[in-house]
Amino acid sequence: MEHIRTTKVEQVKLLDRFSTSNKSLTGTLYLTATHLLFIDSHQKETWILHHHIASVEKLALTTSGCPLVIQCKNFRTVHFIVPRERDCHDIYNSLLQLSKQAKYEDLYAFSYNPKQNDSERLQGWQLIDLAEEYKRMGVPNSHWQLSDANRDYKICETYPRELYVPRIASKPIIVGSSKFRSKGRFPVLSYYHQDKEAAICRCSQPLSGFSARCLEDEHLLQAISKANPVNRYMYVMDTRPKRRMQSWWATQKDIGRIIVRISSKIQNDEKIRESNEKKRLNAMANRAAGKGYENEDNYSNIRFQFVGIENIHVMRSSLQKLLEVNGTKGLSVNDFYSGLESSGWLRHIKAVMDAAIFLAKAITVENASVLVHCSDGWDRTSQVCSLGSLLLDSYYRTIKGFMVLIEKDWISFGHKFSERCGQLDGDPKEVSPVFTQFLECVWHLTEQFPQAFEFSEAFLLQIHEHIHSCQFGNFLGNCQKEREELKLKEKTYSLWPFLLEDQKKYLNPLYSSESHRFTVLEPNTVSFNFKFWRNMYHQFDRTLHPRQSVFNIIMNMNEQNKQLEKDIKDLESKIKQRKNKQTDGILTKELLHSVHPESPNLKTSLCFKEQTLLPVNDALRTIEGSSPADNRYSEYAEEFSKSEPAVVSLEYGVARMTC
Amino acid sequence: MEFAELIKTPRVDNVVLHRPFYPAVEGTLCLTGHHLILSSRQDNTEELWLLHSNIDAIDKRFVGSLGTIIIKCKDFRIIQLDIPGMEECLNIASSIEFEVIEDGWHSFLPEQEFELYSSATSEWRLSYVYKGFAVCPSYPPIVTVPKSIDDEALRKVATFRHGGRFPVLSYYHKKNGMVIMRSGQPLTGTNGRRCKEDEKLINATLRAGKRGYIIDTRSLNVAQQTRAKGGGFEQEAHYPQWRRIHKSIERYHILQESLIKLVEACNDQTHNMDRWLSKLEASNWLTHIKEILTTACLAAQCIDREGALILIHGTEGTDSTLQVTSLAQIILEPRSRTIRGFEALIEREWLQAGHPFQQRCAQSAYCNTKQKWEAPVFLLFLDCVWQILRQFPCSFEFNENFLIMLFEHAYASQFGTFLGNNESERCKLKLQQKTMSLWSWVNQPSELSKFTNPLFEANNLVIWPSVAPQSLPLWEGIFLRWNRSSKYLDEAYEEMVNIIEYNKELQAKVNILRRQLAELETEDGMQESP
Repeated sequence: MEHIRTTKVEQVKLLDRFSTSNKSLTGTLYLTATHLLFIDSHQKETWILHHHIASVEKLALTTSGCPLVIQCKNFRTVHFIVPRERDCHDIYNSLLQLSKQAKYEDLYAFSYNPKQNDSERLQGWQLIDLAEEYKRMGVPNSHWQLSDANRDYKICETYPRELYVPRIASKPIIVGSSKFRSKGRFPVLSYYHQDKEAAICRCSQPLSGFSARCLEDEHLLQAISKANPVNRYMYVMDTRPKRRMQSWWATQKDIGRIIVRISSKIQNDEKIRESNEKKRLNAMANRAAGKGYENEDNYSNIRFQFVGIENIHVMRSSLQKLLEVNGTKGLSVNDFYSGLESSGWLRHIKAVMDAAIFLAKAITVENASVLVHCSDGWDRTSQVCSLGSLLLDSYYRTIKGFMVLIEKDWISFGHKFSERCGQLDGDPKEVSPVFTQFLECVWHLTEQFPQAFEFSEAFLLQIHEHIHSCQFGNFLGNCQKEREELKLKEKTYSLWPFLLEDQKKYLNPLYSSESHRFTVLEPNTVSFNFKFWRNMYHQFDRTLHPRQSVFNIIMNMNEQNKQLEKDIKDLESKIKQRKNKQTDGILTKELLHSVHPESPNLKTSLCFKEQTLLPVNDALRTIEGSSPADNRYSEYAEEFSKSEPAVVSLEYGVARMTC
Repeated sequence: MEFAELIKTPRVDNVVLHRPFYPAVEGTLCLTGHHLILSSRQDNTEELWLLHSNIDAIDKRFVGSLGTIIIKCKDFRIIQLDIPGMEECLNIASSIEFEVIEDGWHSFLPEQEFELYSSATSEWRLSYVYKGFAVCPSYPPIVTVPKSIDDEALRKVATFRHGGRFPVLSYYHKKNGMVIMRSGQPLTGTNGRRCKEDEKLINATLRAGKRGYIIDTRSLNVAQQTRAKGGGFEQEAHYPQWRRIHKSIERYHILQESLIKLVEACNDQTHNMDRWLSKLEASNWLTHIKEILTTACLAAQCIDREGALILIHGTEGTDSTLQVTSLAQIILEPRSRTIRGFEALIEREWLQAGHPFQQRCAQSAYCNTKQKWEAPVFLLFLDCVWQILRQFPCSFEFNENFLIMLFEHAYASQFGTFLGNNESERCKLKLQQKTMSLWSWVNQPSELSKFTNPLFEANNLVIWPSVAPQSLPLWEGIFLRWNRSSKYLDEAYEEMVNIIEYNKELQAKVNILRRQLAELETEDGMQESP
């Protein structure tokens, strides 16, 4: 609270983000310890969690006041105009402080209290049990076992305590391999495909240098290969692209220079450009630095595959460009598409998807185990492993299964959520939308396979909301070790039980649980299948979305159907009861019937007014005509009127003659 | 009209034919596009050839799985066919039974359309001045004009407007009595010609002290250039109560090229992401969509929010003008979002209004010989409707398939509806006598069910679509239709329909049970009372 100087400012204007004519709502701005709250004159509330704030900007003073632009990590952008500059300055400073905390303990999760007692809290944390999950996959088994090598985080600090490795890989081999791998992240099991007996494994890049080799690492890979009795060869997927290393390499050793020269020559050659040859050259450059990829000569029965997913910095600036384009007022179709293209965002999404498809195919078609790595093995590797598993295993396409998948491939294997989401005031270069990309890939799958997922888009959006909200403990910290040190399980709550409790909101009404229809998903990645995810990047820009949601209607109808089924059962049992009761007095009844087959009483009851069944039916659809002002057609006329004074501009229902 | 498409079972064996004076013949029954044929397939080949058009009525009867069809012919003959197999019999019956429940050629007569609003206003009348198409070949014989303007004045105005297309009523907004009129461009030329009757005509329904808007679908530049060729736009000095707004909706080959580029981009599956996006952008298709929709919204806004009269025209008034007037009606008028209303809209604003379908839709995206009058104007309109439908998925009685069907028939059809360039040509071709109307076929209940939107719930409000680029996606149902499998999407759609059907079923059942229970309760009450 020490950062808050002004708690309430009146007569603040909230500008329409896309309006070129400064259309606005007036209201009061409140600053609380956790939220920024704006209540407009219609009593509509806009809540903004401090942790969601990505940037606050104070623009130059205007005649109507001091503009304050807040951009949020959940892609909300608000533009306030505060009448007095001093208030604006106070709020600006407070928000700067409040949105960037220095210590974990100051994050919302440590003060958030959903009124659960300790045992409920503990139960919540136990909801997702990864040991259970490995059991579901079928490990440990005759080929794979639980290793205690990392029980005390001695071998790898960023891995979880419990790791599954090939049974024939002894501890010295593991230790040796871990020394050869960046950050000690040696190859371990990520997903085991029971039917094919093939595995997805993950690790970081080898520190191989130009001549160095590591026998233990080679042994470990052999062990992984042998753990698959069906196929004698395995794949090693390097998820990194080529040309990355060149720039800094030019300043390094001679050999680096040669490589750069060769590779830039090759780069000019359009034909070879996409070939593995060049990818390999870059990995070679990497290798000269003591990092890089495995030397094929030293590893037998291994097929190397390079896929080009860009690094976190490229992804960060790509998203930034995308958001800049989308935020443009009066955006033209051409600017939108050229912006979408130059941001490269969809290209990156496609690259991740293609990599995951390669992985899934290697397992289903070739029965081969795959080892995936990038540099550190916690960004691209997490994307590819988790998405690949999602394609292979329908369990991960359920609500619970998806939580498990995130816990396994992202949280436990040390995707650095805190740094990537910028939860603390840290290095902005560590921030990157790697997890957002994963969610977007899943969304694309839900678009191509509308019946394959138990959850809906709302579920993905909600999870995205919470990786940044710092309201729950799950995504705090960068690895399991750090989380344990923070005592998150005692001090904060887990998100998953809350989502599960609310799961009605996230269910996909079209989900077809007969999983045989969708065992392995084979998405089509022709470019035109990738679309801009409006519901994510414009979630808060209501006017851009369809005014009637088919999805909600069907969802409500599904709910209603369940209720109706219940009603029918109730009614049937009631009728049965009545009938039973009547058999007692059957004689009198028969008499009545024969005398008055249609008694007047009966007739009135036949006219029994049909009840409007459920109020849901009305609430089912919100009929919205919407307002023309929302859509800013008039502004086009206005823009025009600037160059043509003889023309009228239609400004929100009021004609303004400009001549 | 091709019958072939209605034939579900083209051949049935072991059919027995009974006719007067002949012994029963067993043979094979065949249905062709024009005939019903029964052949005994013996050496003495006894055959029956019956023209479908000779069938006056049929009766069906079933005894077990043996079906009997009794065909009553127009020449008074009655014959009987015994067909083994229930399904075959039903199929044969339904194929030859196709009879015109209502003749689509007479479904949407201008007089009927006029009646829809004539009760609300007395300011308009039907004019038959163009009967015989002498004055304007592209107008229908009946048009709606202000009551105070006589036919003599209309003839004068016709000489002042491009193609004789003087301002006529396009849409009457019942809510506030405002109207959309449309016309061809005024022929002011370089010397600023004026026409008193024209001014009088468009001022006729203007309320005292109120202004109207003229929406010119061309940019000011383009409009000015047309003056050299005798065209032009309304001068402020002569139309002081009107304000002109220029929009720029593209025409002719620019649209055709846009379509060619778009289809080319969609057909190449090897494009990487950057190339696909840049090709999509370069096609400009969605830019055209946005421009047309924006103009239509502006027109609708003038009517509904400003309470102003509108006159819309471009150059000829047969293309962009019609896109705008018809889309404005989709936005404003709930009726035009129903199936019949939409058919009426197409009949009125496209066919009667003289959109030259023959010229515009002669070729499509793959054609090399580019004629300057080819343009996907109607397809752009359908795409815009689809965009609005997507944003208001419950407000339309029809679904996407209906729009796709219209697209197909505009380009190639076994029906006469979209043939010719205007009413005058259609009259000369005697299409009403020689061909079947598309509406006759579409409006059969069995066909309609394919085009009905299960989510439809009448929405009496004006619906304002978003025109932001983020809200205007590519119409995959048309452009990616042959490039990607829609299996999973179709299945999901089916599932959605199932849920809706199931919901109806359950509701009905609950109602029955409630009634039953109530009956029992009253019976009980009666038992107890005596």
